[in-house]
Amino acid sequence: MKFTLGWLKAHLETDADLATIADTLTALGLETEEISNPAETLQGFRVAEILSAEKHPDADRLQVCRVATGEKEVTIVCGAPNARAGLKGVLASPGTVIPASGEVLREGKIRGVTSEGMLCSTAELALGEDHDGIIELPTDARVGDDAAAALGLDDPVLHLGLTPNRGDCLGVRGIARDLAAAGLGKLKPWQETPIPGTFQSPLGVTFDFPKDAHDACPHFVGRYIRGLKNGPSPDWLQRRLLAIGLRPISALVDVTNLMTIELGRPMHVFDADLVKGGLTVRLAREDESLRGLDGKDHALDPEMCVIADANAPLSLAGIVGGVATGCTDETVNVFVESAIFDPVRTAMTGRKLNVETDARHRFERGVDPAMVAPGMEMATRLLLEFCGGEPSECVVAGAEARREQTVPFRPSRVASLGGVELPEKETLAILKRLGFEDEEKGGTHRMCVPSWRHDIEGEADLVEEALRVHGYDNIPVCPLAPAPTDRADAPPTNGARVGFIRRSLAARGMIEAVTWSFLSSHEAAAFGGSDALCLDNPISAELDRLRPSILPNIILAAGRNAARGMADLALFEIGPQYAGLDAADQALMASGIRAGQTGPRHWQTPARSVDAFDAKADARAGLAAAGVAVAGLETVAEGPAWYHPGRVGTLRYGPKNVLATFGEIHPGVLAHLDVAGPIVGFELFLDHLPAPKTEGRKQRPALDASPFQAVERDFAFVVKESVAAGDLLRAVKKAAGQMVAEVQVFDVYQGKGIAPGHKSLAISVRLQPREKTLTDDEIAAVAEKIVSAVKKATGAELRQ
Amino acid sequence: MTDFKSLRAELLSEIEAVKDLDGLERLRVASLGKKGKITEGMKALGKLDPEERRAQGAALNALKEEATQAIAARTRFFKDLALNARLLEERFDMTLPSRPEREGRIHPISQTMDELLQIFGAMGFAVAEGPDVEDDFHNFAALNIPPEHPARQMHDTFYFPPDAKGERKVLRTHTSPVQIRTMQTTKPPIRIIAPGRTYRRDSDITHTPMFHQIEGLLIDRKTHMGHLKGCLIDFCRAFFELDDVPLRFRPSFFPFTEPSAEVDIGCERRKGEIRVGGGADWLEILGCGMVHPKVLANCGIDPDIYQGFAFGLGVERVAMLKYGIPDLRTFFEADLRWMHHYGFLPLDVPRSAQGGAL
Repeated sequence: MKFTLGWLKAHLETDADLATIADTLTALGLETEEISNPAETLQGFRVAEILSAEKHPDADRLQVCRVATGEKEVTIVCGAPNARAGLKGVLASPGTVIPASGEVLREGKIRGVTSEGMLCSTAELALGEDHDGIIELPTDARVGDDAAAALGLDDPVLHLGLTPNRGDCLGVRGIARDLAAAGLGKLKPWQETPIPGTFQSPLGVTFDFPKDAHDACPHFVGRYIRGLKNGPSPDWLQRRLLAIGLRPISALVDVTNLMTIELGRPMHVFDADLVKGGLTVRLAREDESLRGLDGKDHALDPEMCVIADANAPLSLAGIVGGVATGCTDETVNVFVESAIFDPVRTAMTGRKLNVETDARHRFERGVDPAMVAPGMEMATRLLLEFCGGEPSECVVAGAEARREQTVPFRPSRVASLGGVELPEKETLAILKRLGFEDEEKGGTHRMCVPSWRHDIEGEADLVEEALRVHGYDNIPVCPLAPAPTDRADAPPTNGARVGFIRRSLAARGMIEAVTWSFLSSHEAAAFGGSDALCLDNPISAELDRLRPSILPNIILAAGRNAARGMADLALFEIGPQYAGLDAADQALMASGIRAGQTGPRHWQTPARSVDAFDAKADARAGLAAAGVAVAGLETVAEGPAWYHPGRVGTLRYGPKNVLATFGEIHPGVLAHLDVAGPIVGFELFLDHLPAPKTEGRKQRPALDASPFQAVERDFAFVVKESVAAGDLLRAVKKAAGQMVAEVQVFDVYQGKGIAPGHKSLAISVRLQPREKTLTDDEIAAVAEKIVSAVKKATGAELRQ
Repeated sequence: MTDFKSLRAELLSEIEAVKDLDGLERLRVASLGKKGKITEGMKALGKLDPEERRAQGAALNALKEEATQAIAARTRFFKDLALNARLLEERFDMTLPSRPEREGRIHPISQTMDELLQIFGAMGFAVAEGPDVEDDFHNFAALNIPPEHPARQMHDTFYFPPDAKGERKVLRTHTSPVQIRTMQTTKPPIRIIAPGRTYRRDSDITHTPMFHQIEGLLIDRKTHMGHLKGCLIDFCRAFFELDDVPLRFRPSFFPFTEPSAEVDIGCERRKGEIRVGGGADWLEILGCGMVHPKVLANCGIDPDIYQGFAFGLGVERVAMLKYGIPDLRTFFEADLRWMHHYGFLPLDVPRSAQGGAL
């Protein structure tokens, strides 16, 4: 919402300065986003008059103008369609900075003709969006004067960012009312005396709505004015419109814009001679269309409300008028519309057709239903004053759609909800200033909501009204009481342990990424996931569905980094992945990858490619950080299809209790994603972490450190290649029972001395006696037990 | 006795003169060995009368002790010499690089989340979570957002195709549905903080289709706007690590709170940089208000008995402000250079998490 200080003061009697007004508006919830004084940016621009305009010899759309600057005559090449002799415009001379572009204007040749300056549009002066033509100053503007003053722009412009509930402040008068309530002055009285009609309107208005659509237009007042003469509106009006970025067009159009800005009461004026038969307010029919004053053809549908004549829709209700009945300089008879249109239907129609207008902006936020008739009277007065003519009696369809609403109110709620001990008298006085009538009965208050406030529904709204006028700044700050002990909290989350995993992975040299929860269907294809994950309205084809796994996103990130010359990396992300749309389908994962070489080349350590055991180490370390007893996990050689089938593993407690998968990413998957390998990765299922021991003792059991000498024995077993080391180790542990402290594989060998298809596994076993030192015989007995158990379990022979 | 004197002098000067460990060993054998001079002298004692034996024995023992110590000292000397000589041969070029290790980083979003949860945790807010894929009720209807509200439009909210019942799920547009889920299942008093990913169909310089929010909710019988101010002022001081942060509470509008406020933080804009904590400008950092009575009722909580506040803030926004990160979109690009620069060291755990004061 933009308006000038002068415009505001037409409705508010105040001594307050601009800064106070701006601060008060913000404190009231009408946020002052910007104050600009165009006079400052328009220094150097002058009023100039076009003396003559001839077609450019070498360009159809250009004219060569002789222009009086007040000091001399200059030649200017101009492309504006409205450039013509006698026009007074805004001249930028060479050397002037053009506000819209920030560039210094230079003299230049345009198609062979030297142009000694520029006649500006509102867009070029950054006053508006209008590129259609150059500014036309009022005829009494003096050539050579400062343009800012001639434009009426020595009046500061306030730009408010309004919340959608405050449709009442989309008019200058509503803003003045709020300021007056806040004690910043007095709202000036304003009342329109009805202007009697002298004849009956030749155009009638009827509603034609199906039963369920009567609220589309509850109230319509129309008036015929005959014999008027359209032309430029008065200078004061043109200046006001220019100041807020609207281009004055003609008196008929400018009056409707004035009504919109000043009262938040959009109106429409039809050229009555172009209307065939009476007007009907109805829903559009299938296949109807309308060419709007925005220059676009709009295809209508039966959800949209239109004002139509006997033949066709003439205007899109509350949004935009039609070209066919638009007013021109030749217009002599008009039909003026002042109506109320349903906010929801107006919003839906506007969105569907993608039309944004000042009228739509106001109707969808709610226009004051009590202003239909007074608005008509004010518009009539101005039109008669500017254009002459003779008004008809008003034609009315429907009736004032004011909802009589009262809200029960306990003034004590300002303290108990709002936190301010405001005296009851003061609270009620604030509400009165805002237009609320108190229907008090026996100490019980019921507040009658003013017609312009569609946003007030309950007591809490009234508390806010009192608070915002009193000032949120004046709410005393209270410290929060300590958390009550009797509350029932949400179930404990994994937060702390997830944090441990995050920081332990980072401590292992991995970099944490946060990537989209989305990816493309193409990328997702290699990682499973259901088609239910596809969005109906994705932001782009690259992000058209929810991710079934985090891995593709970080693999693609690795690819992007590789393209920047950083192919060796370790990345992880902790976040959600999705198997479907139910809450249970969302899983919290910690997934990571390592790509390329394990590190840079080094003089001491030969470089090597990452392999699946790097991923296994990451997976185990992550789980260990979360408190998982990783020693008890089994590793099985299986996992999802996006891993290399021979280099994939699963860490689990049992088939139904999988904590992690890891391995080398399948080369085919990397090719599908167009990322170079090798890349290894892991995925930790954080929702499967065993529940932490939250309750009970924090004390540890006593340390059980045996005083007896531990013994280490090495074995080399020859087994078939297919035998898993894990199975062999399990057999060792089982055979040696309680006495085993540690079992390690320290060599895997194939080659000379080992039969083809076989391998040698060298393991060391550390035995820890608990009761007494082991004798040689006892050690030999355990060793024998180990060898025979391993043989039984895996067919292994001791290597000779 | 003259024998001893000359023997001692001879022995000690020999020890002094010996050139290496081998010579020293030979000398030890020659003096203290089985057939050494001192040992021989000991053997000869038996032939003496008791008085003389005692006198000579004592002298011999003293000499033996003295010689042993002198040899030991000399041995240490030669060993040190040898070690020093060896170590001088074992020089490394200490300017060579050590074995490479990777440097990990924590993403600024995680770091900021940790800080936020830490601060609100200290105020007694427990963490609550909810799904990213929501239904209309939890994301909109229960929050008093009417069907025709612009936020529900296809160009603002991500929708999934209708299911068999014709219902369309959405990606949550805010963390507020967690409020609803909590209030539906928990009897007040309630004090929760809900962090998470949120989604809006928006992509430009200052918007990304995914971002993070945290939502706070406090419901009891007495908490009012003054407490909301107190809570958020304490939070801003702790988060921005400033003793006095200028804050401005501005009336605003949200469908799910009444009264509603936006909170601006005082800042200074200079050369495209924003410094929090003073200056002439204000920057909006969060939205808040007293939970709308309709929202309470929608969750089965009696608004005539209970009341409380809710607030929500954008995690990226406060992270950018606190850490001077200029561009929102870079958060999600996983560019190593960015993450090394703006990321945090693995053990840079927010201070208060280690038990220190906020």
